[in-house]
Amino acid sequence: MSTSRLHADGVTLAYDKRVISRDLSAEIPDDSFTVIVGPNACGKSTLLRAFSRLLKPDAGSVLLDGKAIDRYRPKEVARTIGLLPQTSVSPEGITVADLVARGRYPHQNLIRQWTSTDEAALWAAMEATNVESLSTRLLDELSGGQRQRVWVAMALAQETPILLLDEPTTYLDIAHQIDLLDLFANLHRAGNTIVAVLHDLNHAARYASHLIVMKDGAIVTTGAPNDIVTAELVEEVFGLSCLVIDDPVSHTPLVVPRGGQWQD
Amino acid sequence: MSGATAEARARRHTTSVRLPVVGIRLPRRQLAVVGALAVAIVLLAVVALGTGDYPLSVPEVVAAMFATDGRFETTVVLEWRLPRVLVAIVFGGALALSGAVFQSLTRNPLGSPDIIGFATGSYTGALIVITLVGDSYFSTAGGAIVGGLLSAAVVYLLAYRRGVQGFRLIIVGIAVTAILHAVNTWLLLRAQVEVAMAASIWGAGSISLVDWDQALPAFAVLAALGLLLLALSGGMRQLELGDDAARAHGMRIEVSRLSLLVVGVALIAVVTASAGPIAFVALAAPQIASRLTRSAGLPLVASALTGALLLLAADFVAQHVLPSAVPVGMVTVVIGGLYLIGLLIGQAGRK
Repeated sequence: MSTSRLHADGVTLAYDKRVISRDLSAEIPDDSFTVIVGPNACGKSTLLRAFSRLLKPDAGSVLLDGKAIDRYRPKEVARTIGLLPQTSVSPEGITVADLVARGRYPHQNLIRQWTSTDEAALWAAMEATNVESLSTRLLDELSGGQRQRVWVAMALAQETPILLLDEPTTYLDIAHQIDLLDLFANLHRAGNTIVAVLHDLNHAARYASHLIVMKDGAIVTTGAPNDIVTAELVEEVFGLSCLVIDDPVSHTPLVVPRGGQWQD
Repeated sequence: MSGATAEARARRHTTSVRLPVVGIRLPRRQLAVVGALAVAIVLLAVVALGTGDYPLSVPEVVAAMFATDGRFETTVVLEWRLPRVLVAIVFGGALALSGAVFQSLTRNPLGSPDIIGFATGSYTGALIVITLVGDSYFSTAGGAIVGGLLSAAVVYLLAYRRGVQGFRLIIVGIAVTAILHAVNTWLLLRAQVEVAMAASIWGAGSISLVDWDQALPAFAVLAALGLLLLALSGGMRQLELGDDAARAHGMRIEVSRLSLLVVGVALIAVVTASAGPIAFVALAAPQIASRLTRSAGLPLVASALTGALLLLAADFVAQHVLPSAVPVGMVTVVIGGLYLIGLLIGQAGRK
């Protein structure tokens, strides 16, 4: 029996009849910055969708505080687990503050609409993501990096202790990627449990406190990056010949691919 | 960051005002537009109440409304003209709300109930009842409501594939509309001449035949639907963020979407049942309102008021401006055709 708040217990995950993972068990350690990595189509986003209640397992269950996640009322889950989806749409003409405010939905009901608590959470979320000066701007006018920060702010406004991020840095340039990862690291230090799907192994190794490495819908290994990231692992999971050296800045594993003319 | 400073900042920067009772955030601009629309509706209504074979000035209309001595002007204003004016306002609002719901669900300004078959389906239902049972108000209304709901159910089921997506709903809706048009023509051709005449008048969309006895039940149902929609509107705003974000915020999206669909269909079916199919208002009002308020998504209250003003103005034109009075549906169809062409050109230009 696992003691962490959020874990998957023998889940089979499928889209219609296409099974992605069978009998998969995974655990998100409390207060961790967990990063799920693996090659394309290994099922990492699918696992995240199961954790966020977006995908209902065909068998097994995802447990939150010992109870199956689909036995909670949806809004109750949404007050504990927040999600930054891979793709989002926004209504035309929406302002930053209006969008972020919509993250307060799980805390509202018919009688209790917008209160000063909501207002405070809205501004705290915009402050944490550094978008408060943009609050009255239209989302459509912002750059890609700013826009992603606004979506993060919407997830933060939800004020959940657990935050799931589905490829949050894809489509951003390197400066904005690091910028955003630093933001997540700050949130982690502030006491949030962060779970992210990332493509970049080096980013994962640098920021994660806990890695979940997946291949073909199954978990290959888990653990702290310094303990598990080796050239053998990368070769086995990604089929990539590489060198793993010490990152001179963060002293985490740094994956240096051998490719092309530098192949052995 | 501390909560106190964030809150102080909120007070300084916020561009919204909070309504004390319900605590809903409303941008100031939206409030201003809503106020202006309400004033315009009242002014036009007073003018409409004074216009006709027995003309009255604005002061005379106001005096007649509050007179208690049973004078003739009071009968003219309250008994003859007020029902029609109120019907135009309420029905216009209901059509616009229905349009706002469907355009929001389909994320497309073309996803309007008059385009995707529900109004045509109501007409089919009414035609079947008129040709089989005969032309009485309540049987026609019943037929229209059942026809509207059935056509909506058919469109929904044909467009359903692990949930309903906007674009497929529109395409299926347009196809169903085309089929229903053919059915309607066939029903009219088969009917006796007098029956076909009555059905055609109803089919042109007219609010001239609605009196108090018919209007009041319709008003009661529409008011209930309006309140229900208000309760569902928070969910509607969430659905605008995409299914993943809406689910992550704790929405039951299929339940919410289906409820919105039912309310949207019911709104237009009740109006169509009483007045026949009135095109264009559901299509255009939400878009106009969203441009006026510059709000995110389609604003419900402003849409309803825009629809009310549009139908009131269209009925005024149909009754008093054109050389001979025509059903209001004729006026809205002509304006609507032009609007639709503009919309299509605009969309083509953007792509």
